[in-house]
Amino acid sequence: MSTSMLSAPFTRSELQIQSIMLTVVLALAPGTAWGVFIFGWPALFIFIVTVASAVAFEAACLMLAGKRVDATLLDGSALLSGWLIALTLPPWAPWWIGVVGAFIGIVVGKQVFGGLGQNLFNPAMLARVALLVSFPVEMTVWANPTPPFSSAAPGLMESIAITFGGLTPADGSTGATMLGWVKTEFSQGRLLDQSLATGDYGFYKSLLGWTGGSLGETSALFYLVGGVWLLKKQIITWQIPFSMLATVALLASLFTLLDGERYPGPLFHLTSGALMLGAFFIATDYVTSPNSPVGQMIFGAGCGLLVYVIRTWGSYPEGVAFAVLLMNSLTPVIDHYVRPRIYGRNRKGKPLELPEGRE
Amino acid sequence: MALFDIHALWDGKLFDVQSLLPDKPFEFKGLLKGNQPKIRGGVHPEPRKEATADRPIDTGFPLPPMLYLALWQHVGKPADPVVKVGDRVLKGQLLAVSQGLVSAPIHAPTSGIVADIMDYPSAHPSALPTPTLLLEPDGEDRWMELPEKIDPFSLSPEEISLRVGAAGVVGLGGAAFPSAVKLNLGRRTKIQTLLINGGECEPYLTCDDRLMRERARVIVDGILIMLHGLGAQKAIVGIEDNKLEAYTTMRMAADELSEGKVEIALVPSFYPMGWDKQLIGYLTGKEVPADGRATDVGVLMHNVGTAYAVQQAIRHGKPLISRIVTVSGGAVGSARNIEAPIGTSLASLLAHCDYRPEDTARYVMGGPMMGESLPHPNVPLVKGACGILALTQEEVSATNAKSCIRCSRCVTACPVGLQPLEMVARIRAGQLEQSLKFGLKDCISCGSCSYVCPSEIPLVHYFKYANGELLTRDQANHKAEQTKKLAEEKLARLERQKQEAAAAAAARKAAAKKPKITEQAA
Repeated sequence: MSTSMLSAPFTRSELQIQSIMLTVVLALAPGTAWGVFIFGWPALFIFIVTVASAVAFEAACLMLAGKRVDATLLDGSALLSGWLIALTLPPWAPWWIGVVGAFIGIVVGKQVFGGLGQNLFNPAMLARVALLVSFPVEMTVWANPTPPFSSAAPGLMESIAITFGGLTPADGSTGATMLGWVKTEFSQGRLLDQSLATGDYGFYKSLLGWTGGSLGETSALFYLVGGVWLLKKQIITWQIPFSMLATVALLASLFTLLDGERYPGPLFHLTSGALMLGAFFIATDYVTSPNSPVGQMIFGAGCGLLVYVIRTWGSYPEGVAFAVLLMNSLTPVIDHYVRPRIYGRNRKGKPLELPEGRE
Repeated sequence: MALFDIHALWDGKLFDVQSLLPDKPFEFKGLLKGNQPKIRGGVHPEPRKEATADRPIDTGFPLPPMLYLALWQHVGKPADPVVKVGDRVLKGQLLAVSQGLVSAPIHAPTSGIVADIMDYPSAHPSALPTPTLLLEPDGEDRWMELPEKIDPFSLSPEEISLRVGAAGVVGLGGAAFPSAVKLNLGRRTKIQTLLINGGECEPYLTCDDRLMRERARVIVDGILIMLHGLGAQKAIVGIEDNKLEAYTTMRMAADELSEGKVEIALVPSFYPMGWDKQLIGYLTGKEVPADGRATDVGVLMHNVGTAYAVQQAIRHGKPLISRIVTVSGGAVGSARNIEAPIGTSLASLLAHCDYRPEDTARYVMGGPMMGESLPHPNVPLVKGACGILALTQEEVSATNAKSCIRCSRCVTACPVGLQPLEMVARIRAGQLEQSLKFGLKDCISCGSCSYVCPSEIPLVHYFKYANGELLTRDQANHKAEQTKKLAEEKLARLERQKQEAAAAAAARKAAAKKPKITEQAA
């Protein structure tokens, strides 16, 4: 056997890109399953369409670029991006929303920049924002959760029609998300306790995710569990989720103390599935977040601040996507200014002063 | 860096388990001052020490038919032979003297005949031939005349350094830096603390572990001799907490012999705990400035193996002619530590341990994290070699580099605080100067970044390449500048000569005119 030459180290940790991506997908699975469970067949259809087109677009781009298709596809990054895009879509969105979303995420958001590791913006969030701006009607039809196999849930044929046939969901089967509801109600002069009551808000309901919303953004609980599992597996670090959630909680506490009739408290925000998904799965995206621990704290805090500002004073009910994209654009700046201190040097990179009495 | 490491919750390491150990010494200076010793970066590679850790050092290695003594196996200038081909030499006899201030002599590991002085493949990734003295053992293994047992503490500190230097002792932890030079530096700078590195954080290697378990009293004696040579009062031995037996043995020896001068401290097991600056930081809380040495903060570090060699050199007058080396790896049938004469062919060491050449994918000298790959094992054992590994295909990670996903595991793992991913991005783009701004020169090549990279990018390889390339460029620039300077000087000289010639001509002209004037005047 030939002994090939290469410099040390000759041993390596087991962890590979593929296993990282698959672990993240596994952590997403409970929340996704919950989404499909409460929103029925159409949710499953749009999910499959989005993930499949993401993988197909990735393969097409790799072929065009003349790169190795099988090896790169197997790393699972396209699967994960497609999965995340699907989670941000309204569960009863028509099929082409999923295809366009996958195109924007994979082709425009990732491959145009040069593929894995090169993109500036989070592909899933880019896709969501582009879709929301381009197709505001389709992107804001929020199906109400229905117990599966109940009379309210759409049947298989009806579901096929909803996803693939352009069937408009029946009246009464859709509604607003809680964030949107509170905002609309306030603009009509109704205060928080009123709007929460009429919106049928409940803490546990919200925590579990029995509310209208995007396919995979309703259950804070499942994403919290998945996120903590990722922390335990050391796939992500605590800095970004912690600072992002803490900033939102802090701001929400502050404003609810100032005016409890207008601003919902921290628990209202923290039990939103989108925030949990964003904090543990979106903002922690390796490629588009800073690489030093301190930089990650700043990044997370910035995301949290923007989420709160957009949710509270912006014209969109939900702000995670915009917040993450805006902070993505700051990542190179943060990485430029916030670096770990090098051993034996001060923060400016100059060698440390010698202790007194030594020369 | 982190205020609270959430990972600790899951690792069960939130509480300092070490403090529950009965013999834990908690007199770390850092703790007393209230600043917790900081550990930066690091990884936890598979230790793979179990194959050799519990087997005693094999001292019965048969004398090989030929010893190959490389004349340049230490930092500094190569040694200069003082024997001729055909000379009969005794064990311990001086064969080659050190040249210059930083160098080390070479002694005969056994008695025999100097067979040749020639170029022989060296223990280097290139295995290029370097000047080597070939000694054919006569099988008698007869010592030269050894001095009576010496009381080291009756010698002057300067004498200790001299004798350590004359015995050819170099750093046995791998660096092979002449120990006497370090001792002199430590004495001149009046260091306060001598640190002894018993970390041995590289996977597979157990030679220091075994040495501490089996010859703790000799090591402690060696440390006391070094303290005497340095004029220092305090030594701390750092031992990783995965070597509890070595720790206990060393502690007993220190209690018995050192009158409190030698403290044995447990340090956490991770890689690279044995990096001198990591150990300095952990044990003393001090940080060595980037442009300074350990002695600048009042400490000096030696390896346990070096302490052993110093004791042998001073107390018994025995020069460094053998060392303990770990022979291990998946392709080695009966892995163990061997006390082998310097100059033994690594191939014969491997053969002694029943290795299977057909299963060997890579030969490594040293540990798998920082060691060097050898193209073949037919190179001699050098003083700085702690291990020789024959690794199988399964043990050697394949390199199939993929895109960087900026996961920043390399940033977390770097013990120096660099951003390896940013440096590699610049090096790959050919912007070597840019990578300097990210601290390329501060890289210690420990390999932690390459180890953790999920994209299998050989980061350290890039850094070594960039550093080498920058050095070549500097040299080329220097040469170009020298050439330019010489050319300018030549031009200036020609110009000057021209002017001088012109001036001389003018003077001659003037001189020629003068008589006329005189004539006219006359």
